[in-house]
Amino acid sequence: MMNNQAAAPAPAVHARGLTVRRGTGRAPRTVLQGVDFDVPRGRITGLLGPSGCGKTTLMRAVVGTQAHVTGTLDVLGRPAGHPALRSRIGYVTQAPSVYDDLTVRQNLDYFAAVLDPGRAAADRRRADVARALADVDLTGHADALAGRLSGGQRSRVSLAVALLGTPELLVLDEPTVGLDPVLRRDLWNLFHTLAAERGATLLVSSHVMDEAERCHDLLLMREGRILAQDTPDALRARTASATVEEGFLRLVDEATARAAQEDPR
Amino acid sequence: MSPTTPATPATPTTPTAPRTGRAPRPALSPARTTATAARVLRQLTHDPRSIALMLLVPVLMLTLLRYVFDGSPRTFDSVGASLLGIFPLITMFLITSIATLRERTGGTLERLLAMPLGKADLIAGYALAFGTMAALQSVLATGLALWLLGLDVVGSPWLLLLVALLDALLGTALGLFVSAFAASEFQAVQFMPAVIFPQLLLCGLFAPRATMQPVLEGLSNVLPMSYAVDGMSQVLTHTDMTADFVRDVVVVAGCALLVLALGAATLRRRTP
Repeated sequence: MMNNQAAAPAPAVHARGLTVRRGTGRAPRTVLQGVDFDVPRGRITGLLGPSGCGKTTLMRAVVGTQAHVTGTLDVLGRPAGHPALRSRIGYVTQAPSVYDDLTVRQNLDYFAAVLDPGRAAADRRRADVARALADVDLTGHADALAGRLSGGQRSRVSLAVALLGTPELLVLDEPTVGLDPVLRRDLWNLFHTLAAERGATLLVSSHVMDEAERCHDLLLMREGRILAQDTPDALRARTASATVEEGFLRLVDEATARAAQEDPR
Repeated sequence: MSPTTPATPATPTTPTAPRTGRAPRPALSPARTTATAARVLRQLTHDPRSIALMLLVPVLMLTLLRYVFDGSPRTFDSVGASLLGIFPLITMFLITSIATLRERTGGTLERLLAMPLGKADLIAGYALAFGTMAALQSVLATGLALWLLGLDVVGSPWLLLLVALLDALLGTALGLFVSAFAASEFQAVQFMPAVIFPQLLLCGLFAPRATMQPVLEGLSNVLPMSYAVDGMSQVLTHTDMTADFVRDVVVVAGCALLVLALGAATLRRRTP
């Protein structure tokens, strides 16, 4: 595991020996098995791996909504889940989590009031909501009920909620799944703008490998372990592959072969 | 919202956030609570049919009851007064259990608890919003029963309203609590007969509690709805507040706060 950001400031997320057990009763399943990784500040880190490899669990651990987390996990200089982090992290779950029986603007107004409450902050909130609407290109749909929007539009409402209050760290769980190519390109442009102009750190998960090329750094996951942490270029060079996908498959084959050697059955 | 303040901070914070327990946070933020209540009411305004059902069904049932007991106005008095306490409890139980179940399954609860929103803010917001609806419902039903249907009450109508509001709070609390054990809206609705019906049978509406089989009478002594109905009949038959009425009000309010605290404990910041 290498981190080619030696001179960089403290990472936004710092994990060592991060282990998560899930499930109740006598057979808890270890979803994350002692993983080590860093998410550098001000950059887009892609979290890639097949469905069910533990991406969502890892993201929830970072956000602080996951129980049974052991090991070291520091987020923005504090232990994950610290109450002071709640207004500094924006989190978008895989399924859009917005109120279907409110309009887009009413949704944003409410979540903005939770982040920045009080009558005195009303103007600041209004500007914040307008900017979030513009960021996700939904200004024209502001007064539509969220439940009447298309799937892609609803997931953009969910993203807009996470953009409220200019969070330092954005944790986005498969934000582009099910979107058409134009929207996907627009969202990735937005992610780059957020990192470059607002200095935000982004942790974006995907199981689509071609999105890996758009990230600054990659975390490749498989079966609860981190296979590699690297930039896309370095990863391709190291595995002598043309694409990240090919490199990932090569790493998987190596890991399988190693496991077979250690545990011949 | 004031009655919920003391109940919530004690239980929920420590067991669910083992690594963050040290942070001192205000138990309740009035601005976040009112924002939550406004949001819940705003959701209702997009659903006018639910509002109409909530407000009109009790009115229609009371009217029906009045003419069912056309020949025996005394019976209408006692059953009608009891129902004025039972309606808000059942309505608030149903809408709270469905509404909070939607928060849980729709992902918005996880999102809210990952934001700087206290559990007390969320619960108080719900209690405030649905309490407002319950007040409207009770004013309509009580007004109609007293002035149009000729319900004969000796005590003050304000005391009827007070008991009705506490019943609504109890219904909100029970709904919030059971929504934690329902995985779907089907199950949530099934909790209504499971939680409410036994109380309905044992509360003294169908037979005086003192005439029940002793085990059942003992059971009815620990069920909150028995006190809700007794409180209503105290107002029905006495001009001023009796000691029994005060006991009834305290028991219903205490149960509501206890169940609200239990409900708060079921809101988990961290999912297993």
